[in-house]
Amino acid sequence: MAVLNEEQEMLRDMAREWTTNESPVTEWRKVRATGEQQAWDTSVYGTMAKMGWTGVVIPEEHGGSDFGWLSAGLVVEELGKTLTASPLIASTIAASAIILGGSDEQKTEWLPKLASGEVVATLAVDEGARHDPSQVKTVVSNGKVSGTKKFVHEAHGAHLFVVAAKDGVYLVPAGDGMTLHDRKLADMRNHADVVFDNAGAEKLADGGEDLLDKVLDRARILTACEMLGMAQQVFDTTLDYLKQRRQFNQVLATFQALQHRMADLFADLALMRSAVEGGLQALDTGFRTSHAATMAKAEANRVLHLVSREGIQLHGGIGMTDEYDIGFYLKRARVLEASFGNTGYLKDHFATLSGY
Amino acid sequence: MATQAEIDRASDTEVFRQEVRQFIAENFPDSLKGKGNALAAVEGPATESEAQKAWREAMGSRGWGTPTWPAEYGGGGLSRKQAAILNEELAKADAYNPIGGMGVMMFGPTLLEFGSEAQKKEHIPPICRGEIRWCQGYSEPNAGSDLANLQTMAEDKGDHYLVNGQKTWTSGGQWADKCFCLVRTDRSDKHKGISFLLIDMDAPGVEVRPIKMISGMSPFCETFFDDVKVPKENLVGEEGQGWTIGKRLLQHERTNLSGGGSMARMMGASLANIAKKYVETDNDGRIADPVLRDRIADFEIRWNAFLLTARRAADESKAQGGVSEISSVLKKVGTKLGQERAELTIEIMGLQGLGWEGEGFTDAELAGVRAWLFGKATTIYGGSTEIQNNIIAKRVLGMLDHQ
Repeated sequence: MAVLNEEQEMLRDMAREWTTNESPVTEWRKVRATGEQQAWDTSVYGTMAKMGWTGVVIPEEHGGSDFGWLSAGLVVEELGKTLTASPLIASTIAASAIILGGSDEQKTEWLPKLASGEVVATLAVDEGARHDPSQVKTVVSNGKVSGTKKFVHEAHGAHLFVVAAKDGVYLVPAGDGMTLHDRKLADMRNHADVVFDNAGAEKLADGGEDLLDKVLDRARILTACEMLGMAQQVFDTTLDYLKQRRQFNQVLATFQALQHRMADLFADLALMRSAVEGGLQALDTGFRTSHAATMAKAEANRVLHLVSREGIQLHGGIGMTDEYDIGFYLKRARVLEASFGNTGYLKDHFATLSGY
Repeated sequence: MATQAEIDRASDTEVFRQEVRQFIAENFPDSLKGKGNALAAVEGPATESEAQKAWREAMGSRGWGTPTWPAEYGGGGLSRKQAAILNEELAKADAYNPIGGMGVMMFGPTLLEFGSEAQKKEHIPPICRGEIRWCQGYSEPNAGSDLANLQTMAEDKGDHYLVNGQKTWTSGGQWADKCFCLVRTDRSDKHKGISFLLIDMDAPGVEVRPIKMISGMSPFCETFFDDVKVPKENLVGEEGQGWTIGKRLLQHERTNLSGGGSMARMMGASLANIAKKYVETDNDGRIADPVLRDRIADFEIRWNAFLLTARRAADESKAQGGVSEISSVLKKVGTKLGQERAELTIEIMGLQGLGWEGEGFTDAELAGVRAWLFGKATTIYGGSTEIQNNIIAKRVLGMLDHQ
């Protein structure tokens, strides 16, 4: 864990206390049981907004607290631990796009509502099943956007879409000229294909040529924070299980074969945490942000993949039951691994950024 | 607004920085720029030029080779902050700290903690001046990972100990003046029968035989003790306290072996630059072999995550005032990545990267081969990777032994 200031420690402790008491995995089971496409509880998001979590990266002049990305990441990590479903990540990424590229009018119109939780927003980039922003075909002409975005996170219930088009990034409020097709993935969260057919769009014109790259950096880092929380939780749960499960008249934790596997995972988890926290700190300082973001998500992909597989194996058969929580982490893990760049994509991106 | 105390501190800092700059300007010869000759344990005999000797003596007389050690024993007596300034200024001047080796890295800090006043007065100042080389008498043929199984016996003869037995993997034993040694003073108790003894390498009955390794080098020795008389005042701590003292020393060893900074320096040119030199690039400057390019990126990402982890461990330790629990992974991860990098380097170079000697190879290529082979030691010495895993599982994760 990075060394935190007092304000960050308070925020983390508050998030940890809330997720532990008010939003354990049983809450996700309830949401899943409703079968609703939105797959998050509107009143829960309202509570998050009241606690100030929706405005952590938004400037004070626009109704946020401007605590910074490390602070935002701390909250998201805690939410990841208990698989708390919410559009907090999606809205925070969308807000960052407006902060980076919006005009004063756009900021004044949207940021206070995002900070208060009144508006939920999300990022729509990919047009295929694999992340590839170079393949965007969506076009805007005369202020109307047309194109199809696939597997958009938190699309159901979103009031505002931040849409990547061929010539830039646009704000598209939910409304006419837009159709959602539900896409149920293994994680049972909120995903949809979104078809835009001459929907009203307004360009984020002040962000420069590389606005989308910058927004994707933030998407990768914040997603990696959720993944960090999940990996930490799978590791902790697995360790607890090994300490209580008995076979051959011994607690499993006493077997050296298992001890060394856990030591390996512990080391990998340390690397993942360093990479993810390094990403957040890079956003706060503005130093080599793209490198840091690519590393953060690549390490998150590598380690969560490993931990989620080993978690099931080390639990044995009980880890494969729906009654046991650990399977949820496996399914959510793969969705997040594929989002905003799988490992192969990120390594290619890292090499390109590094000039080889 | 800065307080007066802060202003005073800041100006003290600036005064010290000026003092260091002046010292370097007056004492560090241009001819040594970018070269190092620290008394490192495995780098071979210390053949010094006049310039190197003068620089070592200049640094040693100020105690700045061991900047944070107490001045009363010849150390620099500097604060951590001042030591950091000293390092910064040395780096800026392309200068180096000429005083190192096992005395500085392991033995000195341990003796400062456990030694008697007389022992500290005798042994610490020559370490600070870089005059005495120490070696480590720990491992034996039947005491490797199971170090406490050591059998070298120190028999109480009234005014001295009579030492008999064999040590192995004694790094730099053939060049060392003295050895800090774990010996058995009691056969009835595995751990409490061990004592920490200092032995002169030129005492009668000490014999050293270098071991030729797969790298072709002989950085390690076998050391034989045949009726070696060791004065009683060379016992550190109490009889039977050797295991406690010896383990403390290993913590210093681990910290040094895993240090991200020194590993990074060892590594030289980036893998990508090596690949660009030995493998074709496409029109966009990419490494043309996409599989190799992917593997280099894969390595570089994990290597950077490791460097961040080393820094985080240091930050956490400082903030907590104790050793951070992630420090326990640094040795295991750093050494593994170092080996992976050496293997990848050879693969990039093809057979050109496996040259043993003779024409047709650059110095860097030949050195790379030896470093690759020597590097196999890193996951074995200083507590093997398997021992590190035991330590992590038991001490950090609380996974217990069979009941």
